Amino acid sequence: MSSSLLEIDTVTACYGRLPVLHGVSLDIKLGEIVALIGANGAGKTTTMMTIFGRPRASRGRIVFDGRDITQLPTHEIARLRIAQSPEGRRIFPRMTVMENLQMGAIIAGDPDGFDHDLDRVTTLFPVLKARADQRGGTLSGGEQQMLAIARALMGRPKLLLLDEPSLGLAPLIVKQIFAAIKELNRDGLTVFLVEQNAYHTLKLADRGYVMVNGNITLSGTGDELLARKEVRAAYLEGDTAMLKETGA
Amino acid sequence: MAEPGISFSQRVKTALWDSFLAGLIAFALFSLVLGLRTEDNVTGLTLQPRPMLLATAVGIVFFGRLLLNLFVWQAEHPLTASFAKLFTREPFDRRDVTVLGGTAAFAVLGIIVAMLLGAPAYALIATAVLVFVGLGLLRRAIVYAFPDLPYARIFVVAGILFALFFPLTTYALESAFHLGMPLRYWFDLSILVLTYVMLGWGLNIVVGLAGLLDLGYVAFYAVGAYTFALLATHFGLGFWICLPIAGLAAAAWGIILGFPVLRLRGDYLAIVTLAFGEIIRIVLLNWTEVTNGPNGISGIPKPTFFGLPFAPFADGTTFAQFFGLKYDALHGIIFLYYVILALALLTNLVTLRMRRLPIGRAWEAMREDEIACRSLGINTTITKLTAFATGAMFGGLAGGFFATRQGFISPESFTFIESAIILAIVVLGGMGSQLGVAIAAVVLVGGFEALRHTDGLQTFFGEGFDPALYRMLLFGIAMVGIMVWRPRGLISSRAPTIALGDARPISADLVNEGRA
Repeated sequence: MSSSLLEIDTVTACYGRLPVLHGVSLDIKLGEIVALIGANGAGKTTTMMTIFGRPRASRGRIVFDGRDITQLPTHEIARLRIAQSPEGRRIFPRMTVMENLQMGAIIAGDPDGFDHDLDRVTTLFPVLKARADQRGGTLSGGEQQMLAIARALMGRPKLLLLDEPSLGLAPLIVKQIFAAIKELNRDGLTVFLVEQNAYHTLKLADRGYVMVNGNITLSGTGDELLARKEVRAAYLEGDTAMLKETGA
Repeated sequence: MAEPGISFSQRVKTALWDSFLAGLIAFALFSLVLGLRTEDNVTGLTLQPRPMLLATAVGIVFFGRLLLNLFVWQAEHPLTASFAKLFTREPFDRRDVTVLGGTAAFAVLGIIVAMLLGAPAYALIATAVLVFVGLGLLRRAIVYAFPDLPYARIFVVAGILFALFFPLTTYALESAFHLGMPLRYWFDLSILVLTYVMLGWGLNIVVGLAGLLDLGYVAFYAVGAYTFALLATHFGLGFWICLPIAGLAAAAWGIILGFPVLRLRGDYLAIVTLAFGEIIRIVLLNWTEVTNGPNGISGIPKPTFFGLPFAPFADGTTFAQFFGLKYDALHGIIFLYYVILALALLTNLVTLRMRRLPIGRAWEAMREDEIACRSLGINTTITKLTAFATGAMFGGLAGGFFATRQGFISPESFTFIESAIILAIVVLGGMGSQLGVAIAAVVLVGGFEALRHTDGLQTFFGEGFDPALYRMLLFGIAMVGIMVWRPRGLISSRAPTIALGDARPISADLVNEGRA
């Protein structure tokens, strides 16, 4: 667990002339679940999108699997087997669930393995099988999130980026999705998770980073961060029920 | 439909008030447009009031709206519901039977009275009503008898079979029995319709599948036509060599247009493509040394039947001599018909195949979400350029065909209105639907042509009324009507390219309404 799969090295990124990330550094090791938590507008999504080159890092380096991907075009970065379930899910609403999954499978480049991969994701999210011939746009929010993750998985990624998979979903569905992430990780998938839902995320993650105003302010293992006073004050305030549950 | 609780007198009152307001608006609008006319007299321009015309127009609006209010909009049981039921599978109730039977009886009565009075135009209208009700009932009867047949498929197969056998059958019948059918006219019209079907299908790749709004599609049509014409007249190359080159040249121009517009979408893309179409036309108009400017290129050779010319006499063997037939000018036209039919079917086939390939699926996905596409490893640059190039290629092939059919081309054939009509065919047909585009092409082009044969209308509008002059007006009304009642086009479902269960067509409700 020592080699870095993805390394973000003092990356600065801007929207137009507005700087959003001020020298962010983090690394994700093979087989880990790494979480990035922070408030609205802290730059979490930007960090994730910068990995994909939009916006492009104006300073610093992003290295994936020993290869500098800082200047690669987005689709080539994706072809290195980095998959994402983006903010807002971005499934193809007019295409069916099957077609969405097929779009994800293009990266795998293995038409014969399609059925096998399909089996794998539908075992993970059985509801997708029931909805296979339905248009993506008619799915519920939770199902769309599952579809977005499943679509990403169809490309057989080495690293899965998830942007707020819990956003706007019922607690039961969130639990289901987080369980799925855990299961995927157990099968060897490296996961980078961006979340506002700090408690569940840090419980799930091996390590975590806390982002404030485009800077990483804290890092450590999930349990370490959960125990930190700053983290609790900033992200878990009011969630006393949860804190009691952890015995803190 | 009004709420059931409202009393009849209340309803009449509302209807009258509403119709009065509509009449008032009509009066305000028409008072200047129709109510006054400037006449050029010796003394100068004078204003001539036309009260009768104004009164008629306002009256039509008032009474038309009153009838609609009373019997459709405000009515407890709208009359139109019974007619709409003809096209569903809902069972008829007694009211529907009364309405439909009454309509049919009234229509029959109308035909008889009109015939007695010697007013064929009214008889024609009554017949149309009767045919409408009759067809609806026939449809219901068939659906009732065989509820589970795949009707859409039967319709498509029947359409293709008809297209395949129509010219040969009619030609054989005509030669055998001399029925006096205007075959030349029919074939020319069919060729025109098929050309638009092909153009519609070609543009459908760009607009319907890839979601790139192209207002300058006629540019590729022009490039194809001029490439064909120049190659054929200057270098004497044959039809089968010029045609693919015309397609390739148009595809190349598709890529040339594609590059600068890679980052554009929607309205911005529409403006640039519109400009591109105009640039091509203006270049053709002014580059006299090459294109012969406004005089156009004439003497473009007709295609040969694999080397056998369709001519009464030739240096070698002619088509008629080779097959031991008597020379007939129709042979060449029938051949042209089959060429454009083959080209159109090729366009359709390629589109259908492409949709199942990764590139075609990427087109559709790109229409939905470009950013998501990129993050799934799709090179959107290549995807867009292939969409432009493929669409342009079919436009170019159609252009090449157009050049050889006409024998003469000039920039006048490639104005913006052509782009607009082709786009209208795609939008009216239902973006992305192959069948819808074909139906729209037949209805639009055929409908324009049908206007020339509506002599009966002179009875209503007086002598010298030429309905063909109003085709753009009718075209606009049809556009508005479709967008109001069927905002996603005539056929708004798309067939999934892969399915786990049955591949049922999926309706396009909820998304993509009125978006180009």
